[in-house]
Amino acid sequence: MKFILKPLLMVATIALGSMVGAAAPAWALVEINVNKGNVEPLPIAITDFQSNDALGAQITEIVTADLKRSGLFAPIDKSAFIEKISGPDATPRFDDWKVINAQALVTGSVGKEADGRIRAQYRLWDTFAGQQMAGEQFFANDANTRRVAHIIADAIYERITGEKGYFDTRVVFVDESGAKNARKKRLAIMDQDGANVRYLSDGRAIVLTPRFSPNRQEITYMSYESGQPKVYLLQIETGQRELVGNFPGMTFAPRFSPDGQKVIMSLLRDDGNSNIFAMDLRSRSTTRLTDSTAIDTSPSYSPDGSQIVFTSDRGGGSGRSQIYVMGADGSNPHRISFGDGVYSTPVWSPRGDLIAFTKQSGGEFQIGVMKTDGSGERILSSGFQQEGPTWAPNGRVLMFFRDSAGGPKLVSVDLTGRNEQQIPTANYASDPAWSPLLE
Amino acid sequence: MGRIAALTRNPAMIALVAALAITGCASKKTPNSAADLGLNGAGAATPGSAQDFTVNIGDRIFFDTDSSSIRADAQTTLSRQAQWLNQYRQYAIVIEGHADERGTREYNLALGARRAAATRDFLVSKGVAANRLKTISYGKERPVAVCDDISCWSQNRRAVTTLSGAGS
Repeated sequence: MKFILKPLLMVATIALGSMVGAAAPAWALVEINVNKGNVEPLPIAITDFQSNDALGAQITEIVTADLKRSGLFAPIDKSAFIEKISGPDATPRFDDWKVINAQALVTGSVGKEADGRIRAQYRLWDTFAGQQMAGEQFFANDANTRRVAHIIADAIYERITGEKGYFDTRVVFVDESGAKNARKKRLAIMDQDGANVRYLSDGRAIVLTPRFSPNRQEITYMSYESGQPKVYLLQIETGQRELVGNFPGMTFAPRFSPDGQKVIMSLLRDDGNSNIFAMDLRSRSTTRLTDSTAIDTSPSYSPDGSQIVFTSDRGGGSGRSQIYVMGADGSNPHRISFGDGVYSTPVWSPRGDLIAFTKQSGGEFQIGVMKTDGSGERILSSGFQQEGPTWAPNGRVLMFFRDSAGGPKLVSVDLTGRNEQQIPTANYASDPAWSPLLE
Repeated sequence: MGRIAALTRNPAMIALVAALAITGCASKKTPNSAADLGLNGAGAATPGSAQDFTVNIGDRIFFDTDSSSIRADAQTTLSRQAQWLNQYRQYAIVIEGHADERGTREYNLALGARRAAATRDFLVSKGVAANRLKTISYGKERPVAVCDDISCWSQNRRAVTTLSGAGS
């Protein structure tokens, strides 16, 4: 199963020296403050990238879709455009864009170099200031045209919001097909927008809960392939697999440490309870982090690696699970969820500021976030059956899966809770895990 | 179709599948009684066969929501199972622990494991040799009944005693 994750862009991101007013300071007009509760999407005109073939329109389409799905941008319909952009280096007639209320304007070009590489360049304009905000040029090999578009979308997002983008990312998930009581489950990977799906397992064994390594090249997941459910590592490029640890019982709920050196997971005890262990991937040494006669599972490190958030029903009360935080060495475990309901699947934000979770309350499953001390709980999405949030690398968007009408689908929601989007997948899909930004 | 999938794991039950197919997805009742399977009493299965165990003893018990306590009705079933297993010692036993879908995936894997362990421990307390017993959790991955209501969820919160090894 050979699968090349990154026959990368020849990452030469060159600011175009010839451009007018490069990186001008006067960009205050065009700005989105994502920390404000109610963000009005920014009207933006994204013109077709000039090219000799269909590539230009394709790039524009992908950039437009990325920015629109973020909920922060309102791309203007092309039919409203007045000016026909004459060339990649020409200064636009800003009045023509202001009159259709395009506060930002994107122009660009894309073409094949003599050596077969693709060259793409874009410029982002502040129409009201009449200045260029950003301009870059990329070289990519032929297989990466979608990535070129995602990188351009990320650059626009970052320049205007001041936050890192999340479009040049992938999602590993479980593709589901067949009847509910005999589901075929396959590991799969795709771009964050649902394109370029590749399968990483054949569906013969149940596979669950894949998670990305910080190095983007490996995933850890749980599989029934040996008969006994166990945690595995998979090298995405080579397809090479290995068992994680040599434990006697079921291992499950794996996740990498932020430095990628450890896998943390649950191990089933002989008494039927589950405790949390960390395994160092180099030394193979394992460390017990909890020792309770309870279910301790779903561990997730804080991004600095100093703390672990996890699910436990150690508090009793007819087995109700809650969210706990402890030191990375297992010290000082303390409960942080105190709302009215059952909490599980905590995941620490890559920014460190929030913990996302699944909450069961009032017959519903809710996806929410709370601060790391448990305060400030906010529910972002409610439904009959949904669970398993994963963070976009910028900590602004969550993806989870929602079961309805026969099977699960992937859904993203931003931190305002207002922008919910279903991710297109050919089959049913569950257990999404978002990659870091690609390199 | 849930019960069919569950029963086909037991080779001796395959002959029954065609008859069951007629009842389709109307799997509202527990599928482990002889009457439910249309056999009109005990005589149809060879004593000591896996079919005998499933049909006449009952291969599964059910749990309350979020619980791994062995209920009184389940204790009756497991006591019957223990007696049978102690009589027919040629079988190795795998206890499958399952959860309903009203919980998150990883927690339900742990809950299914806890149910399987509680079932194993009860059988051991009734004299079944511990070295014959293995457990596996399927969490919510293998529902036997598939509909979105309470009658299905209660059937899915189960531990199933499956037989393997010589004699089946």
